[in-house]
Amino acid sequence: MSMLASQVIKGDIRSIARLISLVENNDSTAIDPMKELHRFTGKAHVIGVTGVMGSGKSSLIYELAKTYRKQKKTVGIIAIDPSSPFSGGALLGDRIRMTDLSTNKGVFIRSMGTRGMLGGLTAAVYDVISILDAAGKDIILVETVGIGQDEIDIAKIADTTLVILVPGLGDSVQMIKAGLMEIADIFIVNKADKPGAEQTVAEIESLLDICEKSVRQTPIIKTSAKKKQGISDLIQEIQNHKEYLKTSKQYEMRKRKRYETELYELIRKRLMNYIYDETKLKDRIDNLIDQITKKKLDPHTAADEILHKILK
Amino acid sequence: MSEKETNNKKKTQQQNWEKKNNTPTIKEKMERKRTFKNLSNTEIKALFTKDDTTHLNYKKDIGFPGEYPFLRGVHKTMYRGQLWTMRQFAGFGTAEETNQRYKYLLDHGETGLSVAFDYPTLYGYDTDHPLARGEFGKCGVAVSSLQDMELLFRDIPVDKITTSMTINGPAAIIWAMYIANAENRGIPKDQIGGTIQNDILKEYIAQKSYIFPPEPSMRLIVDTFEYGAKHTPRWNTISISGYHIREAGSTAVQELAFTLADGLEYVKAAMSRGLNIDDFAYRLSFFFNAHNDFFEEIAKYRAARRIWAKEMKKLGAKKPRSLLMRFHTQTSGCSLTSQQPEINIVRVTLQALAAVLGGTQSLHTNSMDEALALPSEKAVRIALRTQQIIAEESGVTNTIDPLGGSYYIEWLTDQMEEETFKYFDRIERLGGVIPAIEKGFFQREIAEAAYRYQKEIDEKERIIVGVNQYQLKEPTTIPILKMDEQGEERQINRLKNLRKNRDNIKVEKTLTRLRTASMKDENLMPYIINCVHTYATLGEVCGVFREVFGEYTEQAIY
Amino acid sequence: MEKKIRVLVAKPGLDGHDRGAKVVCRALRDAGMEVIYTGLHQTAEQIVNTALQEDVDVIGLSLLSGAHMTFFTDISHLMKKKKMTDVLVVGGGIIPEEDVPRLKKIGVNAVFGPGTPVNDIVRYIRENVKE
Repeated sequence: MSMLASQVIKGDIRSIARLISLVENNDSTAIDPMKELHRFTGKAHVIGVTGVMGSGKSSLIYELAKTYRKQKKTVGIIAIDPSSPFSGGALLGDRIRMTDLSTNKGVFIRSMGTRGMLGGLTAAVYDVISILDAAGKDIILVETVGIGQDEIDIAKIADTTLVILVPGLGDSVQMIKAGLMEIADIFIVNKADKPGAEQTVAEIESLLDICEKSVRQTPIIKTSAKKKQGISDLIQEIQNHKEYLKTSKQYEMRKRKRYETELYELIRKRLMNYIYDETKLKDRIDNLIDQITKKKLDPHTAADEILHKILK
Repeated sequence: MSEKETNNKKKTQQQNWEKKNNTPTIKEKMERKRTFKNLSNTEIKALFTKDDTTHLNYKKDIGFPGEYPFLRGVHKTMYRGQLWTMRQFAGFGTAEETNQRYKYLLDHGETGLSVAFDYPTLYGYDTDHPLARGEFGKCGVAVSSLQDMELLFRDIPVDKITTSMTINGPAAIIWAMYIANAENRGIPKDQIGGTIQNDILKEYIAQKSYIFPPEPSMRLIVDTFEYGAKHTPRWNTISISGYHIREAGSTAVQELAFTLADGLEYVKAAMSRGLNIDDFAYRLSFFFNAHNDFFEEIAKYRAARRIWAKEMKKLGAKKPRSLLMRFHTQTSGCSLTSQQPEINIVRVTLQALAAVLGGTQSLHTNSMDEALALPSEKAVRIALRTQQIIAEESGVTNTIDPLGGSYYIEWLTDQMEEETFKYFDRIERLGGVIPAIEKGFFQREIAEAAYRYQKEIDEKERIIVGVNQYQLKEPTTIPILKMDEQGEERQINRLKNLRKNRDNIKVEKTLTRLRTASMKDENLMPYIINCVHTYATLGEVCGVFREVFGEYTEQAIY
Repeated sequence: MEKKIRVLVAKPGLDGHDRGAKVVCRALRDAGMEVIYTGLHQTAEQIVNTALQEDVDVIGLSLLSGAHMTFFTDISHLMKKKKMTDVLVVGGGIIPEEDVPRLKKIGVNAVFGPGTPVNDIVRYIRENVKE
């Protein structure tokens, strides 16, 4: 086994951090350690946390992490913020809400930029989850950007998906639009100390009445991260959901779904890497583009040619 | 009919001039820049004439000094009667060292004191707290107990000289120590004069030295208003501050608008406690920045007075003194450059002159070395002399509001007032000042302005002398203040002895009473004063509040 | 895909002046870097742990309170202890010229005072990030 993989399994912070960087940078030296880590994964409970900007995701994750630590569980946190489509840079500020966790030995926090993935989750997230899982984290909390496709994507890889709403944002219509009703395993009405919390709960309930598809009723939990209320209720519901998954055989189905999504994503990523690789195809593709521009060739024929080349 | 005709005719005069002298071709070929903008990004025309002020009614909009709307000044005589208070913000190291600095400044003609506290004190920690490590005395003086307060003002006549104290989160406690010190020296409370900054809203917005969440913080502030109205008629219980908002990167308009919005929020909070506006309003004071754009700053101060008078009237203030906006000014710290530090003297001179022409009640002039460290004795003396030159030599104090009636100044004053009311509307729509803070409104506006300003400098759209033009190849250096390296150890030992030698049973008793009172609705000032009299430390009193009120955490807004 | 430069911008101690830190955060973001901002009131240990978990190439420390000697020394000690020799450390704020050589000695690679064009900081980081 590679040095890096074995250090990750031991929980060495520097190695975990370094391997995550390699994965994020699409560095090919990450592939071997990732292969080796697979058989050490599958123990962690992966919790996706999603909700619009300002719904208090980071603060809630902070409270969850602290409570899990009290139960002696180790925690990994992946906090994703959008990368700038113009510069490719990103401001990653979720840690501000969790500052004293950085000295908590049982917690590992990593901030990630979306790095050019429009809407969806960055492909590296799958690997980062696997790394933290193999490193022995009991709970892995994934905080999404909270817009569009990445919320739907998180539901495909998380064991439990939390959807956070806050009173007074009038988000119920958007919720149906964004398909959030389908992905939520637990609804959270955060900032429940503010007026309008009951109304938000009622709105979710009536929407659930319309869309409820399974035997399990989706619970709605009221929390206030600020006042530290409702956190233990939430943890109990997460536990209940985990047990429900196990008893209803949903667990295997979800895991399968996750690996399905991951595999397709990986194939797509590898193909893209191959296609964009300067030494292999870039020159030929540039040449084809010239021909298309000069109307000597059409894009479909050009695509056929490249695919043929790859599959050969 | 005829009036309209005259107006039209006048307009034609200005238009004629513009046609002849300010055509697009002339602008393009003969002007140095495509647009001329002030620091609030407002475009400034080549020429202002009567046309730009015709909408103003002299009696209603401009008026006379000492009369509503107080545009021209809060007093009838202004500087002919009394000069502004020359008040240099100072503090470093131990109380003894700072006491020496105060005496030095008073010896050189300073007329009021202004205390800078160190970071642990600003956050309500004693010097021996773990989080105070490395911070002792660095950007102000450490005051951990009444004992330090006694040393700080030793041999200084606190019944004659007024003292301003820049303290916010723990303002009530530090003020209690000042009161207790006066009482111990046999000076009645109603004799002491001065100011506590006590402005927590701008801490959330800009300066970030907050401790507790908004609700209990506002309660403590209103407690000081109420107590002050009854017991300390010469004390300003708040200094509503735009200074730090500006330093955090806001424009002049934002400074004006956000500060006044904060001010009105305090008034409303006190009124909803049941206080009569005329009982406390005259003890509200303000604090503004003096930045680089000379006329913009002058217009800002003038607009501030007029808006405040109007708004206070709307809120039901009856007594004229309740309508007065009295303010302190400090020249802009963030405008100082570490490159060629001596030229900061010139910047400060212009900024200070703007404050005086704007009718300030007191003034701090920054020292040339403050982009590098706390001021040395020589640097602070020159800063004080700058004020004295303006006061004694320049002649600007001979007449009141000398720029009143200038087409440009009156237009700009009016324009800034208009922009301020637009901000008031936006804040109102967000549900008021505190909800706007929670939504990050002010923080975002300021961060945007700060970033824009920096980009303008980087792209040389704005020239800062010595920074992006007229640089020197060799850096210039100036001597820097040296502090007593043993100060921290002495302070910690002093605290240790204090905790050992005081009557700890009495301390506990008063702290327990404070805790009980803070869980109820009572005014906390008398309880706090009792605590500090027993030499309970700042950290101990603040600890009670931290326990009962909790702590505030910031939001991530860039 | 190219490697992104990751920078931790940290505010050690009780100093609340964050204008400069935030302006720098945005400038670095606009220069294509990933910037992790710690927020205010960080201890040396929190900063170093964060840098380690985030695997940053650069730590930028902003301090205007005058407590830079204590904090930069503490941070530099912890970094040595954790063998973080490949991380660039830069500082900014109110720092007297005469402290700069001492700071460089303890491992601060560069100090940027008031009035530094942010582009200078971007350029310095790009040219000096350790491989």
